[in-house]
Amino acid sequence: MRPRYIIGLVGIGLLVAALAWAATGLPAFGHYNQAYGRVAARDAVPTRNGTNSVVITSFDYRGFDTLGEEFILFVSVTGVVVLLRRMRSAGREEDSAASSGEIEEEDMRASTGERWLGAAAVGPVAVLAAYVIIHGQLTPGGGFQGGTVLMGAAAFLALGGESALMLRIRGSSSPIEIAESIGAGGFAAIAFGGLIAGGVFFFNFLPYGKAGLLTAGVVPLDNIAVGLEVAGALLMVTSELFEQRLRGGAT
Amino acid sequence: MGIYPYLVAAWLAGVGFYGVITSRNYVHLVVCLTVIQASTYVLLLSVGFVNGGQAPIFADVPSTSVVVDPVVQALSLTDVVVEATVMALLLALVVQAKKRFGNVDPDSVNRMRG
Amino acid sequence: MSQLPPLAVGVPLLVAALLAVVHPLLTRTVSDLVATVTALATAVMCLLMLVHVGSGLEIYWFGGWHPRGNLAIGIDFAVDPLGAGLASLVSVLMVLALVFSTRHLEVEQPYYHVLMLIFMAGMVGFSLSGDLFNMFVMFEVLSVAAVALVAYKIHERAALEGGLNFAVINTIGAFLFLLGIALIYSRTGALNLAQIGHFLHHSGNDRVVVIAFTLIVAAVLIKAAAVPFHFWLADAYAVALTPVCLLLAGAMSEIGIFGLARVYFAAFQPALGGSAPVLRAIFVGVGLLTALWGAVMAYVQDHLKRLLAFVTISFVGIFLCGVGLLSADGVSGTAVDVLADGFNKALLFACAGIIQHRLARLSQERLHGCGRHLRLTGPLFLAGGLLISSLPPFGPFLGKSMIEDAAIKAGYGFVPALIMLASGICGAAVIRAWARIFRGWGRAHEHAEDTSDEETEAEANEAQDRTPAVMLAPAVLLLIGTVAVGVWFGFADLAAKGGQRFVDFAQYHAGVYGAHVPQAGGSSDAPKFYDYLYCGGATLIALGLAALSLWGARLSRRWNDLTESASALLLPVRRLHSGRIGDYTAAVALGTGVLAALMILTLN
Repeated sequence: MRPRYIIGLVGIGLLVAALAWAATGLPAFGHYNQAYGRVAARDAVPTRNGTNSVVITSFDYRGFDTLGEEFILFVSVTGVVVLLRRMRSAGREEDSAASSGEIEEEDMRASTGERWLGAAAVGPVAVLAAYVIIHGQLTPGGGFQGGTVLMGAAAFLALGGESALMLRIRGSSSPIEIAESIGAGGFAAIAFGGLIAGGVFFFNFLPYGKAGLLTAGVVPLDNIAVGLEVAGALLMVTSELFEQRLRGGAT
Repeated sequence: MGIYPYLVAAWLAGVGFYGVITSRNYVHLVVCLTVIQASTYVLLLSVGFVNGGQAPIFADVPSTSVVVDPVVQALSLTDVVVEATVMALLLALVVQAKKRFGNVDPDSVNRMRG
Repeated sequence: MSQLPPLAVGVPLLVAALLAVVHPLLTRTVSDLVATVTALATAVMCLLMLVHVGSGLEIYWFGGWHPRGNLAIGIDFAVDPLGAGLASLVSVLMVLALVFSTRHLEVEQPYYHVLMLIFMAGMVGFSLSGDLFNMFVMFEVLSVAAVALVAYKIHERAALEGGLNFAVINTIGAFLFLLGIALIYSRTGALNLAQIGHFLHHSGNDRVVVIAFTLIVAAVLIKAAAVPFHFWLADAYAVALTPVCLLLAGAMSEIGIFGLARVYFAAFQPALGGSAPVLRAIFVGVGLLTALWGAVMAYVQDHLKRLLAFVTISFVGIFLCGVGLLSADGVSGTAVDVLADGFNKALLFACAGIIQHRLARLSQERLHGCGRHLRLTGPLFLAGGLLISSLPPFGPFLGKSMIEDAAIKAGYGFVPALIMLASGICGAAVIRAWARIFRGWGRAHEHAEDTSDEETEAEANEAQDRTPAVMLAPAVLLLIGTVAVGVWFGFADLAAKGGQRFVDFAQYHAGVYGAHVPQAGGSSDAPKFYDYLYCGGATLIALGLAALSLWGARLSRRWNDLTESASALLLPVRRLHSGRIGDYTAAVALGTGVLAALMILTLN
């Protein structure tokens, strides 16, 4: 192993030195002064009536990047699901005796107190998630952040001991998977809508509104699609890994 | 404060690389990749900072106030999402590695030689 | 017509999402059909774009965000002949790969199809994009899809290891790319390639530009698998499903080289153009090193797909020499060679896939003489091997001739000889494999180490006794494609015009900001008479080396001693390919560090 460490340290040393050398040529911290940022910040309110210029930038000016990002999420989750399922089906052929059949629901029930707390938390967190998603173009947040919170609401189910429910989510034609795909497809469909309605792919074709929720055209719809997709994706990954753990596959 | 944040980013990148090279556990390796990722968004966000600037959200500040750059924040958002999903995929592979190889030591699993 | 660029990316993505939505209702046949038709539609769109753009430049602004003055607010697709050409190559290969995987391949529908469609969309998007961060996003789309596809046979240990190595090294490449983007954004305030170039035209070269360029070059060279960033490729290509290998070898490695060329000519050329001679030396040096390393490593491989993976690496070296010359001739030569050799390598992988399907093995040692009854695959494989060694007057010959001409014109007269050597050795490796497998020539038990073949299964349960038409047809079409590129008159001229357009920054900038870009002029006078000598020489080297390797022991005892000492010399190099991710990462770190040091010393 030793030669590798030496080679690696030499390389890292050169790399870090090069980055530091480049850093001395950068403008000092806090002195950002470029036009792109200024225009993106100044323009969000007048042109789109949305007050969160980060979301307007990522969903409107650079919406195509966000489409790519959505699909990276989508393809990665598809990959995780496919690989873990293949692994399980191959494993099932190998060790037939090891994994039991259905997991007894009674074995996984937690105490009543835990279940009540979990159930009580789901509602408020879900509402918070919906708020964050829908107000994406106005306040900090948006589809990605809200989708993660939404997944958190579902995670409270697992924390509250309802593990069996988590497993049922994971089934092959589960609504979660379909919801996730609808989220991804929905985003792409909205982009196509821009093409049909406005002649340009990703054109922001809905009315921009004055203030409040229905502003910035398609951005709220995009946020909802993204939120759906992120929540679905994270849920699927978590439940797949959860199943691995429960079936004792990783030991 | 001049270039400190950029040096932090460079240092993080170096540490992350070192971790990947010397790692003896796949999970540790994936987390070291996360450290390298941290260096990318530290660099991105510190490049866009404006002294005295607010967050670029105008819900409660007038739209003429000084704000930091929203573009790098959008880029960092994309960065975080992308790499989180890549880590998920990698960890799925690691789970399988544990199952197939019995351990998660990257140096013990080499089937591909020559 | 003008809406084609977004559709070429949007349609496969939308169809992939729809397939996932309705997956409970789908059967294998329907998934195969829908995916193949979508890929075909994308191929048609890319070809239409190619025809429509001619040798000009067409820009598409997403969301209707046209630039304001000098500032590009939105993301654009800059469709030029070489970009559209690469997108067409990618989608055509995808059609053939999906046809190849129809019905027989052991995959989960429709997830496999979803992964393939998104893989294609990412590559098409990368080829057409004119915005640096959008290139990064598309780069990640295709990388993540590729990781899932490479690790697909997850129950095989080798596939798992290959997938992990691939994923980790490519992710490091992505991070280097991001660091470069952050630096260049800080310097220029722009993410659009043309705007970056315009800014650098006025501000010139400085520390930030040099390191940003270094980081982005390192990232794309990792993807392209140039030495010393190449270690992941053999592990990954050896274990992927055959249709995926078609795409990886035929398109993904080339995407890396394209990215390098695009970023240089469209963004960094105004700042770094003055140091072009130095950059040329660096790129050509790395290219030649890669070409020879790959060829030699291919020659000593036993596992068929791993052999072809090293052939791919070697050819990436040749492509890097081509674009590294930083001239219109070099770029057009590389374009032709990418097309011809892309088809060629895909053909060889398709034949390997057929062998795997019929015989359930991929080790030359264990396949010795077993392929005699594969009456169509044998000639296809031999043809592929001869074409790899640039047999005149076909496609790879034309491509390599153009690269060699460009090298001589740029003053690098020794490059053609080394390219000849590399292609010759690669050809020898393939032709020798043909002789061993399909003819049973040579000794049955050579001392080649067996690298991870024990688990190679047929990709469809057990060895089959018929080669399905869906596997043979793509192979035959790929052969026709490889041959046609060289035989079709006027192709070199088209490529020359495309290369002219690609390297012209002034027109690129004007076009992005709304001016009309005229059709480029240019023509090529390849192949010249000495090209016949070089390429014919490569073929002779291939045949001679293969023959010596098969029968040399019989002719002279000294041959044995020679091979023994050559193997001993080669052992340290082979040991470097250890399969350990830590070693690979150390190599990447060293490569990036040395590249940075070189750039700092020479470009300042």
